[in-house]
Amino acid sequence: MTGSAAPTLSGRAVIEPTAAAAPRARSARSQRLQRRVLMNLARLGIVVVLLLIWEWGVNSKNIDPFFWGQPSQVWATLKTWVTVGTPHGSLGAQILITLQEAVYGFVIGVVLGVICGVGLGSSRLMADLMSPFIKVANSIPRIILGSIFTVAFGFGVESKIVLAVVLVFFGVFFNAFQGTREVDRNLIANARILGASRLQVTRQVVLPSAFTWILASLHISFGFALIGALVGEILGANQGLGLLIRSSQNNFDMNGVLAGMVIVAIIALVAETLITLLEKRILRWRPPSGSADMTAV
Amino acid sequence: MTTTPSPPTDRPLPAIELRNVSKRFRTPKGGVFTALRDFDLAIQPGEFCAVVGPTGCGKSTTLTLVSGLEHPSAGTVTVAGRPVSGITPGVAFMFQQDAVFPWKSVLDNVAAGPRFRGQSRTKANAGARDWLRRVGLAGFEDRYPHQLSGGMRKRVALAQSLINEPAVLLMDEPFSALDVQTRSIMSDELLDLWELTRPAVIFVTHDLEEAIALADKVVVLTAGPGTIKSVFPVDLPRPRRTQEIRFEPEFVAIYEKIWDALRSEVETAYARTTQAVAS
Repeated sequence: MTGSAAPTLSGRAVIEPTAAAAPRARSARSQRLQRRVLMNLARLGIVVVLLLIWEWGVNSKNIDPFFWGQPSQVWATLKTWVTVGTPHGSLGAQILITLQEAVYGFVIGVVLGVICGVGLGSSRLMADLMSPFIKVANSIPRIILGSIFTVAFGFGVESKIVLAVVLVFFGVFFNAFQGTREVDRNLIANARILGASRLQVTRQVVLPSAFTWILASLHISFGFALIGALVGEILGANQGLGLLIRSSQNNFDMNGVLAGMVIVAIIALVAETLITLLEKRILRWRPPSGSADMTAV
Repeated sequence: MTTTPSPPTDRPLPAIELRNVSKRFRTPKGGVFTALRDFDLAIQPGEFCAVVGPTGCGKSTTLTLVSGLEHPSAGTVTVAGRPVSGITPGVAFMFQQDAVFPWKSVLDNVAAGPRFRGQSRTKANAGARDWLRRVGLAGFEDRYPHQLSGGMRKRVALAQSLINEPAVLLMDEPFSALDVQTRSIMSDELLDLWELTRPAVIFVTHDLEEAIALADKVVVLTAGPGTIKSVFPVDLPRPRRTQEIRFEPEFVAIYEKIWDALRSEVETAYARTTQAVAS
């Protein structure tokens, strides 16, 4: 056998795309590209129109900028923050502090959530024992804990990280727990018969299977981590984006609040993109969802 | 061989032996469901045994008992003379549903058994490539299971099982999810591969034709709780082509004989399900 075509025992051949199909495939690709460009232009258009209406509303005295801000002033505030700096130091330093809190909180929360979720999910006894406590813990409005953490851990990054961990933990935990419970019994039986030890079953069957669930929770979880960091900073801090937003509010500077919001939104979007990339990498074994690769022509 | 009543010395030790086995399950409602009762079966090394019976008669339960996934409520199960406790070494199991790992590539799936057993990656991969060639999947090493057809996934499962060179191969309606053509192709391939290493096989199926075409002996179970109703030797010559053997007059004669035994059990089981619906 020298060719690349793989003959099977039953003589079935693999269908390779022929040369004739290539131009059609290319035109389909350019069509898709064209559609994407148009789609993005339309989205940009919507944003521009909304901002223009807002700006016009302020200029024509229909919207009070004292309460609602003004796009051009938000932009001006952002520019000052970038070029001159914020009242609490450079903008970069504030972003870095908040990011640090969110990322630490996220990573610690995810690791704890996965360990506890998989651990409890694989032991029926532990799951039964702990389930009422978990339900109670989950029903507490955890954001309130921020007040306690600020007092207990001070105005530094620690109290924000702890709050972010608490917010992240439960989402990841429940998904990891459910994911572990949903593992196909046949796959576990197969692995055991093939000779896998308990640890090997957990690492090579339970974890990969639960990862589809865990990764789904990560999208929301980073948002939670960011909320934890920001709320912690708003409750009491000496640095960070939350403090920036808080002090703008205290000065009745709504443009400052909105500018802070814009920065947070950008951070969240970048993080979401990174998590989606990670998800694609880890879950590349999964069949593409829906009929994305096959449409009627 | 001192305390247990040993079999006559001229006969080899059976590869699989179930003696007086019963298996009861607790139902979710608190009742007890008896899947197997007073079940006796012996399979010689290298023997291909098919088990047929009506739905829900405990066919699959025999396999889980032999593999060690479940333990009998009464009686003993021995594999190669050793009583089963925990997962039985030297046993391979092919499941009805797909049980290949969807997150592992075809190569990693086949290499999984040797890797679990501590073989080095290079050695396990070399062995896996070898088996993939044997099942006709050379060139598909890097694919993931979802990129394969149902028949190809079954071949992966077959290679995954046989790479461990089992002395006992347990198959639980492995081809029932395939279309008729693919199924008969897979049956022939199974027989070819079986000839290579000749494990003792228990092949559970509800398809009597498939059972006779493949097996050396066909065991008919009663409607649940399952016990052995009768055992029919199938001495059709090997190698067999399963598609063609169906038309041999001998095949038809055996089929009629076994169907005679099976029919009343199928009718009993069917009557029970309709009664359950009616009441």
